[in-house]
Amino acid sequence: MADHTDVLRGIQRAPHVRYPVLTPNMQGFQDAVAAGATEVAVFGSASETFSKKNINCSIDESMLRFEEVINTAKERQIPVRGYVSCALGCPHEGHMEPSKVSEVAKRLYEMGCYEISLGDTIGVGTPGSMFKMLQSVMKEVPAHALAVHCHDTYGQALPNILTALQMGVCVVDSAVAGLGGCPYAQGSSGNVSTEDILYMLHGMGIETGVNLAKVIEAGDFICNALRRKTNSKVAQARGRTL
Amino acid sequence: MAAVMRIVNRSALHSAMGQKYVAYSSAAKVSAAGVRAGQALPEKVKIVEVGPRDGLQNEKTMVPTETKIHLINMLSATGLGVIEATSFVSPKWVPQMADQVEVMEGICRKPGVSYPVLTPNLKGFQAAVKAGASEVAIFGAASELFSKKNINCSVDESLQRFDEVMKAAKEAGVPVRGYVSCVLGCPYEGKVAPEKVAHVAKRLYSMGCYEISLGDTIGVGTPGSMSEMLEAVSREVPVNALAVHCHDTYGQALANILVALQMGISVVDSSVAGLGGCPYAQGASGNVATEDVVYMLHGLGIQTGVDLSKLMDAGAFICRTLNRKTSSKVAQATCKL
Repeated sequence: MADHTDVLRGIQRAPHVRYPVLTPNMQGFQDAVAAGATEVAVFGSASETFSKKNINCSIDESMLRFEEVINTAKERQIPVRGYVSCALGCPHEGHMEPSKVSEVAKRLYEMGCYEISLGDTIGVGTPGSMFKMLQSVMKEVPAHALAVHCHDTYGQALPNILTALQMGVCVVDSAVAGLGGCPYAQGSSGNVSTEDILYMLHGMGIETGVNLAKVIEAGDFICNALRRKTNSKVAQARGRTL
Repeated sequence: MAAVMRIVNRSALHSAMGQKYVAYSSAAKVSAAGVRAGQALPEKVKIVEVGPRDGLQNEKTMVPTETKIHLINMLSATGLGVIEATSFVSPKWVPQMADQVEVMEGICRKPGVSYPVLTPNLKGFQAAVKAGASEVAIFGAASELFSKKNINCSVDESLQRFDEVMKAAKEAGVPVRGYVSCVLGCPYEGKVAPEKVAHVAKRLYSMGCYEISLGDTIGVGTPGSMSEMLEAVSREVPVNALAVHCHDTYGQALANILVALQMGISVVDSSVAGLGGCPYAQGASGNVATEDVVYMLHGLGIQTGVDLSKLMDAGAFICRTLNRKTSSKVAQATCKL
């Protein structure tokens, strides 16, 4: 992501489309704003060990850093989205207590994040653990301010997302062609594919406003460029849709 | 029961390269759907392992008899209660299953485990029983065109053929399982009416099939269509006599299975390592992987009796032999939790 400034300056922004960027600290935030960012994201972890290993500080220390960013963003009227990683399990700590997730989600929300994206960072969650985690988080953060960011490492992303939708969550993160493997499980998949989510949502009569065929095209493009196969099952099976 | 979700969307949508946000909201539907999420699920689910038959039948590589026998024996040690062993369809049509008799006679049958076989007609049934089969399966299609293209006769004609098999099975005290294919879509007809599926399921059940496995043959179904179809079928066949056989061609299998569980289904077909591609979508996947289903069920606190690590061993064995990668995501993941 070293070319972040070039990318932000180079893209053609479509009207009504938002282009948030990740900003881990004040420096990153200032660079982002200088490059033209109009929305940013910060990321906390529900797991202490993951926080220390990933960003070299405790959860509390990371929250202090984010507070700085969020307060400055507020002054400049730049919306901030909060991510909570390891929401359903941690590669170091294992099982994640739902109360730990809700605590971090609550802190980010109260600091001023407009939306909290709950990430199943290593994809170990199932509809069982998703349900329990969301029950806990929803006591602290309203459903309309929640999103789920499911990884498909164990093939559970779609049923987990379905569970979240059934519980009133209405924002879903996904990656075209399922880009992004899992750094904690060699050779495994990571992000759930946007194409596969769209297929499910449209099949359920849920509108997304997204054109599946165009997403598949974008997926084709990036997979060709990366010389890799898509992780999207829909893209693999295309040409056979009813 | 209402369908899982309906069209409601008001929020602005945002998308960006690499990530996408979906906005959906409906206050009324949310509360109803919330009930669905917390709904009591079956305590136990029976897994019907179809890898050795449905899986291997659709693999490009021909598998030696000893390998099939070894696979079935490994699966017998995992705690699975039902393992579909082979098919007594004529080898002219399904050469991969030509060693049907040797397989039936060669496997070590674990007490308490059932080894059903496919029998398309009376001749197949007789050969199956002679080879030691003690449970058989027959199959109808919910789509006329599929029936004609697949087995060269109409749906009604196929059910008449099975009448003979049913009679013989009853006399011999052999239980019969019924399959319905194309329940959520047909490669030729496209959409399939839930009522048509219900009609065929009802016929098979009335003929004497103890269980009806509803197959999303080309994997096009979603929780929406699964829900609609099951509502229609469960009006005609009791839900405890139903099973779902989901293909993962569009990645929808586990979500579809979850909805089926929420609607009271407690029998799920799957294939170790996700063996068996889709003959209608080149290079696409077919059967859902047993490992991934078991992972989800155990995560939901549902008992299956299956030892996941022994199951993964069986999957690893057959993939090595077939020289192919597993289609199971659980098997691919090496992350230890």
